Amino acid sequence: MSQTKDVTDSSFQADVLESSKPVMVDFWAEWCGPCRMLSPILDQIAAEHAEKIDVVKVNVDENPGIAAKYGITSIPAVYVFENGDHVATSIGAKPKQALEQEFAAYL
Amino acid sequence: MATEISDDIRDVIIIGSGPAGYTAAVYTARANLAPLVIAGSVTAGGELMNTTDVENFPGFREGILGPDLMDNMQAQAERFGAEIQYEDVASVDLSDDVKSVVLADGTVYKSRAVIISTGSAYRELGLPNEKRLSGHGVSWCATCDGFFFREQEIAVIGGGDSAMEEALFLTKFASKVTVVHRRDELRASKIMADRALAHPKIEFVWNTAVADVVGTDKVSALQLINLVDGKATELPVTGVFVAIGNDPRTDLVKDQLQLTAEGTIAVQGRTSKTNLPGVFAAGDVIDPTYRQAVTAAGSGCVAALDVEHYLSNLPVSAEKGAVVAN
Repeated sequence: MSQTKDVTDSSFQADVLESSKPVMVDFWAEWCGPCRMLSPILDQIAAEHAEKIDVVKVNVDENPGIAAKYGITSIPAVYVFENGDHVATSIGAKPKQALEQEFAAYL
Repeated sequence: MATEISDDIRDVIIIGSGPAGYTAAVYTARANLAPLVIAGSVTAGGELMNTTDVENFPGFREGILGPDLMDNMQAQAERFGAEIQYEDVASVDLSDDVKSVVLADGTVYKSRAVIISTGSAYRELGLPNEKRLSGHGVSWCATCDGFFFREQEIAVIGGGDSAMEEALFLTKFASKVTVVHRRDELRASKIMADRALAHPKIEFVWNTAVADVVGTDKVSALQLINLVDGKATELPVTGVFVAIGNDPRTDLVKDQLQLTAEGTIAVQGRTSKTNLPGVFAAGDVIDPTYRQAVTAAGSGCVAALDVEHYLSNLPVSAEKGAVVAN
């Protein structure tokens, strides 16, 4: 199972938007097969880049508010936030190397 | 040290982990060939991982969920000693007697035989705005994304079984699903077509192609063009699910193996033999026609038996590695 922290509609402000570090947010759901594939990859990224970035996850089923606020219509969706701003996006389950390349600026 | 290299030469490596790959793994594992399956980091289990009910795989009277079916196949292969690596293959060298498979993390595996069962990839419409709005209303996975379109009007593009399955699934969420299809009849199986045609939430737009996806931040409409009279219309939708078929995934091998005019890997007759000795192919990557879970599984079985036969007929010199290693 995942070692990344679960963030909710109510904790998103403190855990993501007010974080001093960039935060990678994994929007996922139980029913989404590719989300399950991506989860262990994000765990690896979390472990290897812990100094630079936090990795958290938002269950869109249980937290529809945040998903709606950011207009999520496809999962898995990985959003990076820095200083409260949404700064980068990756849609779909991608291999670790591909994600590290896309988010190189924050790792 | 010569034996070090020999030690590393496996009997068979299977690239891909859909029904073809896992069936080949079950068979080669039961033949004591200790197969190594390179399953893919995010594509493990193949296309069925994105489906819901599989109603036509024999042996499951009430149907089975696609991901459950693939979990079963994986566990069955492992039970007989298949080794599964959740990594991606970066490149292969198939020309010599001993084949090399290089993973994305740089690991190199060597084997006498390779089974290519890399399946197929979703075909895109090829419209510039399709990519831009991907994840903002354009989707390739109804089971993942249907949830976000509650009480909204959406479109499904395509006329095959996948398109009908997606359209039917999406009626659980959407207020209306419009199926846009290029022809005036469906390619889908009768049972799926009848279900979709009879569904009160599903409407059909025939003989029509998608000219563009419209929207600034998210999808707001589709521009349609009638292929008979050339008339352009706009269909207001917030979501569009593309299910216009698949293309064989041959990027890894297309410069080393012969392909057919359809783009699949060419195999000899009813076998899995490619143009290179020791290289076999199975599943959707060789199949331009049927592409069912059960035909892919059958094809994986053929490849496994072909591998067994190939390995048992290798001249002793090529086997020496294993003998020396022991």
